Amino acid sequence: MPVAGPIEALLAVTLVGALAVFLAPDEWAGKLATAISLVPVAVSAWMYTAFDGAGNALLGGDLAFESTIGWVQLGRYELAYHVGLDGISMPLLLLTTVLTTLALVSSWTPIDERQSQFYGLMLLMEASLIGVFSALDFFMWLVFWEAVLIPMYFLIGVWGGPRRKYAAIKFFVYTNVATLIMFVGFMALVFGLGDSISTFDMPEIAQALRAGGNLSAVAGIQPANLSLIAFTLMFAGFAVKVPVFPVHTWLPDAHVEAPTPVSVMLAGVLLKMGTYALLRFNFTMLREVAEANAAIIVAFGVLSIIYGAMLALAQQDLKRIVAYSSISSMGYVIVGLVAFTPHGFGGATFQMISHGLISGLMFMTVGVIYNETHTRMVGDISGIADRMPWAVGIFVAAAFGYMGLPFMAGFAAEYLIFQGAFASSVIPAAPLVTGVAMFGIVIVAGYLLWAMQRTLFGEYSLATDYDVSRAPVHDVAPLVVLLALVIVLGVRPGLVYQMIQDAVNPLLDTALQGGVALW
Amino acid sequence: MVVDIAGFQVADWVALVPSLILGVTAMLLFIVDSIEPRPGTSSNTVLAGLSTLGALGAFLVAGYFLVLGVGQPRGTGAVDLFNGQLVVDGMSLFFVVIVGSVTALVTLASYDYLEGQEYQAEYYGLVIMAATGMSLMASANSLATIFVSLELSSLPSYALVAFLKKNRGSVEGGLKYLLVGALSSSVLVYGISLVYAASGSLQLNAVADALAGGSSVPVGILGVGIIMVLLGFAFKTASVPFHFWAPEAYEGAPAPVSAFLSSASKAAGFVVAFRVFLTAFPEVGGLAGGDPMVDWVTAVTVLAVVTMTVGNFAAATQEKVKRMLAYSSVGHAGYALIGLAALNAPDQGFVLGASMMHLLVYGFMNTGAFLFIALTEHWGIGRTFQDFNGLSTQAPLACAAMTVFLFSLAGLPIGGGFISKLYLLAATAQAGSWLLGAALIVNSALSLFYYSRVVKAMWIEDPSADLEVDSYPSSLYAAVVIAAFVTFALLPAFGLLSPSAFDAASVLFG
Repeated sequence: MPVAGPIEALLAVTLVGALAVFLAPDEWAGKLATAISLVPVAVSAWMYTAFDGAGNALLGGDLAFESTIGWVQLGRYELAYHVGLDGISMPLLLLTTVLTTLALVSSWTPIDERQSQFYGLMLLMEASLIGVFSALDFFMWLVFWEAVLIPMYFLIGVWGGPRRKYAAIKFFVYTNVATLIMFVGFMALVFGLGDSISTFDMPEIAQALRAGGNLSAVAGIQPANLSLIAFTLMFAGFAVKVPVFPVHTWLPDAHVEAPTPVSVMLAGVLLKMGTYALLRFNFTMLREVAEANAAIIVAFGVLSIIYGAMLALAQQDLKRIVAYSSISSMGYVIVGLVAFTPHGFGGATFQMISHGLISGLMFMTVGVIYNETHTRMVGDISGIADRMPWAVGIFVAAAFGYMGLPFMAGFAAEYLIFQGAFASSVIPAAPLVTGVAMFGIVIVAGYLLWAMQRTLFGEYSLATDYDVSRAPVHDVAPLVVLLALVIVLGVRPGLVYQMIQDAVNPLLDTALQGGVALW
Repeated sequence: MVVDIAGFQVADWVALVPSLILGVTAMLLFIVDSIEPRPGTSSNTVLAGLSTLGALGAFLVAGYFLVLGVGQPRGTGAVDLFNGQLVVDGMSLFFVVIVGSVTALVTLASYDYLEGQEYQAEYYGLVIMAATGMSLMASANSLATIFVSLELSSLPSYALVAFLKKNRGSVEGGLKYLLVGALSSSVLVYGISLVYAASGSLQLNAVADALAGGSSVPVGILGVGIIMVLLGFAFKTASVPFHFWAPEAYEGAPAPVSAFLSSASKAAGFVVAFRVFLTAFPEVGGLAGGDPMVDWVTAVTVLAVVTMTVGNFAAATQEKVKRMLAYSSVGHAGYALIGLAALNAPDQGFVLGASMMHLLVYGFMNTGAFLFIALTEHWGIGRTFQDFNGLSTQAPLACAAMTVFLFSLAGLPIGGGFISKLYLLAATAQAGSWLLGAALIVNSALSLFYYSRVVKAMWIEDPSADLEVDSYPSSLYAAVVIAAFVTFALLPAFGLLSPSAFDAASVLFG
């Protein structure tokens, strides 16, 4: 197997690039980081075209760009550097590289101090995220998973808003505890598997668990209880990252205080780490537990959808509105996952991509408006449509994308999730539950239309003393690119949905055969 | 007796060379000092250089022996010396590696730190003498040699803490350390006498044999003896209930001495505890199966939970960085105690090995953190968190190193502390010791909070107007940067060392 494939190239470019940017002078750190980040975009685009994976990475599918190097001996267990991609991780990797570059461009205007540190940390975060989505050895994956926290802590803490220190430490401690809890759950499973495995290789562990009957008692806890405890601990740990109600409280603080480009990364990619991990660990490895407890899990999902949307409805700060609506959108992912239908899994994964693009777009647009108006409060702004036609136009388009307008990525994702959830045989009273979840869309439409009507249109007024004019080209360009991607994926979801469906099919007994090429 | 080392048939005492190097270095330092032309004129460079070379030599030879397999099953097998009073095996060499590397970093950093101080020859002599005692503790295999080597490491340490004779904090710390040390030594020696009364032997293997019979053992006397021995070791490792000297001594002592005591001395205390409890009392504690005669595993579990909780909660409330590190050092003693507490796990070698690896990584990250404090003391900036505000604008390299230490101490993947802490957590899960696991998670989260206060001060807060760093002492910087590099390198290179720790640990469980 090759040791230096494209994934290693991505990691090397971002890590070495981060070091170079740290040492670069502030004046051109932003340009340098953006230029460096184009390399991962190009490489991952090439990887997309050269993608030759098939099936699910954890369930014996063919991995693309796989490589393995021995790393650490942990008692009886061998830990390895093992990376590879399947149809689930490939789109997420693309999302990471593209969104990082766009976020870097959107930082040029708002970030005006300690630039080299800022851009270096952004590249470090990109490296960690690439690792999270490609690592297939549990320990390796955990290193990247936790490594994301370090740049994020500084990015919020140094360049954030007035309450940035509080938000940074809250995010830091919250997610760190979640990781430790999740770790105990997973280790209990590994010890329960006993002699049947000798590595921390996620595919090997997943297959041993799905085969059934391999678990033995650990410290007096019987296998059935062991898998339930492990599932609960892991779900609790990942739920913080998603975030699922009621462990979402770090998110509004982190989002509101973070500078715009960091919010873009946080909503666009970091939240997906949680749902990605849920899919890989809970719903793949412990499928039976998930099915048996579908009622409880779907309740968390629906509660997140409705509660997140209601909270968004109550906000005055545009950024808070988008932040809370992310909780709502991630709730759809949970509902899709727990449906245990082909479209449910596929739609949930597609929603990760689609929400990554749309929420990134929303945060960036709010950021561009803030750059000009220096306020984000709904009541402070009115009628800026004439003065910032491009930014406002894109804001409207993004909002409709969020509401699930057809021919935009959000529509395809939510449609698939609802179709999958409706047909679910695992969720009790599936049509009813799906109907309740769909109500979330109505609330989304409500608060977005209300906020737009008040801020963008009507008579011009501004509570802050700034002259609003057109945003600079390099502020608007990333918005245009993102909007184009949202529309492309809305018109041709098959571009990524096909590989997603191919990768999630093995999760179910009855794979969906053919006929999934949407539009 | 002859042993085979690297293909040569040599006398068995050669296996003890790492400790001998330290002892000889200490003697050389006294000779250098005594032949100086006029009092106080010995060259600082010669003294620091000689000590660093000696410590480095001990570290390298011990590491080389570890690689060769000296004292380990794949090589010569454990080397018994002086009728089993001392033993050289994987465990002892592993801890000499820790002691040697910490001592080398500390003496290197002291070169700049002690600039202009009097009695430098005595300082280095005492440091190396204490290091000799610690390396002998790693090899001690009888309660008598354990007590002697423990005192050999403690007595110089008392003087070192009080080295800044005109500084009230230093003298106060030294006095407290001495008084608590004297008390705990007497507790230890009384415990040893009770164990001797119950078993009729001081050599650890003989103690184990004598107690194996079971029926005729006076359990009451033995139990009191074991608990008192445990308490005696609690002093050396800065664990509850003999931990309260640690904050005073670490805060008052010169920062390199704090680094030395909190890393090397703690590790030495642990190796003695490991060896005594696992060589002499495994059957008594029920590790070989059957009901425990004296349930010291439960006692250690309680001590571990209380120690990590006390240490971390106290650390979280501190206003001075050095004192915070001192309490966090108590907390880490609690983590390392898991190696003796989670022994209900099926794979006991893994549990103990995880603890040994944590002590190794801790040796670098904690030494580095205290040496960074030494750097700030050298610059004369204050001791509180606020005094560190904006320090990264003046000394970015040192602050980056300190960030590596602190995040690694907190268990984030920027250093080996990430893996070693997760190993310990995995060990608690394997033992099904939910209390230990929960305590570790809660304390770890708390520690992230207070460690990141320092990081926040250095990188996020704005500097106060009069913050100015005007000198960049090269040897202190070198020590800090080397420690940071090793801490970081232990993340990817953890696997180079962990097998020797696990092998060394497994041997003790037969």
